[in-house]
Amino acid sequence: MNLKTLVWRELAERPSAMFTSTLTILLGVTALVAIRHVTVFSEREVGQQLQSLGANVLVLPKDATLQDYYSADLTARTLPESHVSSILLENLAGVERISPKLCVSAKVANRDVTLTGILPQSEFQAKAAWQSVSLFSNKHDGCKKAACGPKTYDAAPETLASQRTIDQLKGNEAVIGADVAEFSALRIGQTVELFGEKLKVLAVLPRTGTVDDSRVFAHLHTVQRLTNAGEVVNAIEVMSCCEDAAGGLVPRLAELLPDAKVVTISQVVSTQVGINRLMSQMSLFVLGILAIVGGASVASTISSNVRERRREVGTLMALGATPSLVTRMFLLKAWALGIVGAVGGSVFGLIVAVVLGSQWAGVTVKPLPDLIALSIGAALVITTLAALWPARSAAKLDPCYCFQEV
Amino acid sequence: MFQLQDITKVYRKRQQEVVAFKATSLDIGFGEYVAIVGPSGSGKTTLLSMLGGMLSPDSGNVWFEGESLYDLPINERTQRRRERIGFVFQTFNLVPYLTALENVQVPLFLRGANKAEQRDRAAALLEQVGLGNRIEHKPSELSTGQQQRVALARMLANNPRLILADEPTGNLDPDSREAVLSMFDNFVREGRTIVMVTHDPVAAARASRRLRLNDGMLITPETIPNTKAA
Ligand SMILES: Nc1ncnc2c1ncn2[C@@H]1O[C@H](COP(=O)(O)OP(=O)(O)O)[C@@H](O)[C@H]1O
Ligand SMILES: [Mg+2]
Repeated sequence: MNLKTLVWRELAERPSAMFTSTLTILLGVTALVAIRHVTVFSEREVGQQLQSLGANVLVLPKDATLQDYYSADLTARTLPESHVSSILLENLAGVERISPKLCVSAKVANRDVTLTGILPQSEFQAKAAWQSVSLFSNKHDGCKKAACGPKTYDAAPETLASQRTIDQLKGNEAVIGADVAEFSALRIGQTVELFGEKLKVLAVLPRTGTVDDSRVFAHLHTVQRLTNAGEVVNAIEVMSCCEDAAGGLVPRLAELLPDAKVVTISQVVSTQVGINRLMSQMSLFVLGILAIVGGASVASTISSNVRERRREVGTLMALGATPSLVTRMFLLKAWALGIVGAVGGSVFGLIVAVVLGSQWAGVTVKPLPDLIALSIGAALVITTLAALWPARSAAKLDPCYCFQEV
Repeated sequence: MFQLQDITKVYRKRQQEVVAFKATSLDIGFGEYVAIVGPSGSGKTTLLSMLGGMLSPDSGNVWFEGESLYDLPINERTQRRRERIGFVFQTFNLVPYLTALENVQVPLFLRGANKAEQRDRAAALLEQVGLGNRIEHKPSELSTGQQQRVALARMLANNPRLILADEPTGNLDPDSREAVLSMFDNFVREGRTIVMVTHDPVAAARASRRLRLNDGMLITPETIPNTKAA
């Protein structure tokens, strides 16, 4: 016999007495764990999207949707390639890099891939020198980012995955995504046949988890020539030095290119960012509800348990139980229901997050141990605080209740 | 064992004052078997609670084995109870969700005895009260007489010198009553002191001394010779 057995025997005998408040804690923790998990993974997803897009500003054909851009399905709508030079010549403040793209469907090893034509940065430098523009030197006012300004382009081809631009790419070369490399078993130095032309594989990109994995990148002019597209592109990605600069660039670019649609990436993901912000606030709200409703429910359950067991508490005191032992006994009851509620809630919350996360927010949710521990901790702190007063009042009960007749 | 000096205990409820107990002096010696009798509401339970260190008088002192009980801090008073006093109740006050064995273990656990000691001693005590074959039964699975015997085993767990009993036979059939009373006789023979509140003339007659209470006042303490000489 010890305090734990004493408490456990009672709870095992009559679990229904604690059912409501356990359920309250459980539902609160479920909501908290589910919302936080979806939010965290959704935020990560947005972050990843932002990073994988790299560009802060997109120049798209007027009638193209953002969905088209994401799915690399831009084959039908185009912009003239001359827009690239226009942007370059304007020497707009805050522009760091420009990357025009032309996407077409192609087949490699009988599988659909997206052939993406890109312009290597070395050609901008050549163009800039030829047109005597100092390339990307126009720093925008109050730029806080030290890296803003001219760049040296000496990166390995693999950085295309993260930087969105490539330094050198010859007309007969290609860079392939991880998925393409996998299913076609192509390696660096081998050749890949596209539209009847053999291109040499310059690099295989590391896996990014985005549409880039199933892309084949080749020189823009090669893609234009192979598909008879003419001097056109589907999108121009503009990397500005920071979000501030991006905001300022949009009206300038819109003015410069009236036939194009100019959007910032933060606009692209703004609905998702908005939802995430809402969910963050929601989880605070749920925490508040958990604290108030869960706390009140625990407090009322424990106080009615104290009232119900007055005679038993009196008897225990007559037998020599100290007031502090009585307090601990009732706190232990509160913890028992708190732990069951918190652990059960974490499990349910995770299930809800995994199911709803993929259905509603389109994110894959994995358990976050820190977050779960924090939720359980919060639930236990709430139950303890809520049970403290009733548990103390139990310790102050008159031991003479033991003589009360039933 | 006890010296009570100028004790008063008054309950106040809605401007009404009830003198629950009042005594200028009362001594109870070691090894005495005292029966407290009197009508309902006369203050018997109040007196018993004060003797048990559970109810502080409004004035006066309760000396228990040379210590002023209500001048001790609450934890020490609790400790005196745990180590020296055993309680017996009219309705047994067993913990309903614990087995007979576990009920007897409670005071041992409160004293800090280890698991093995708790089990062995509780089982031996239940054997002693004739319930060796009922140790795994819950109170609801036992007759009232058996329940009171479990309560007696629990009372004996920490080997108390003083037994405070409130109507211990009030809810029992004649056979069970006799069993309890003969155990009480044994406890007295073992040298324990018993203070027993009772309505039952048969039980009161077994005591070596009777205190009659009326409206909280002791009426000429009447000492009768112990009919059941040891
Ligand atoms: N907790 C209490 N609050 C108010 N009055 C009480 C309380 N306990 C007992 N009394 C009163 O004190 C008197 C003595 O009660 P009690 O000692 O229980 O009597 P007995 O045990 O002889 O029946 C009664 O009048 C009773 O109503
Ligand atoms: Mg009474």
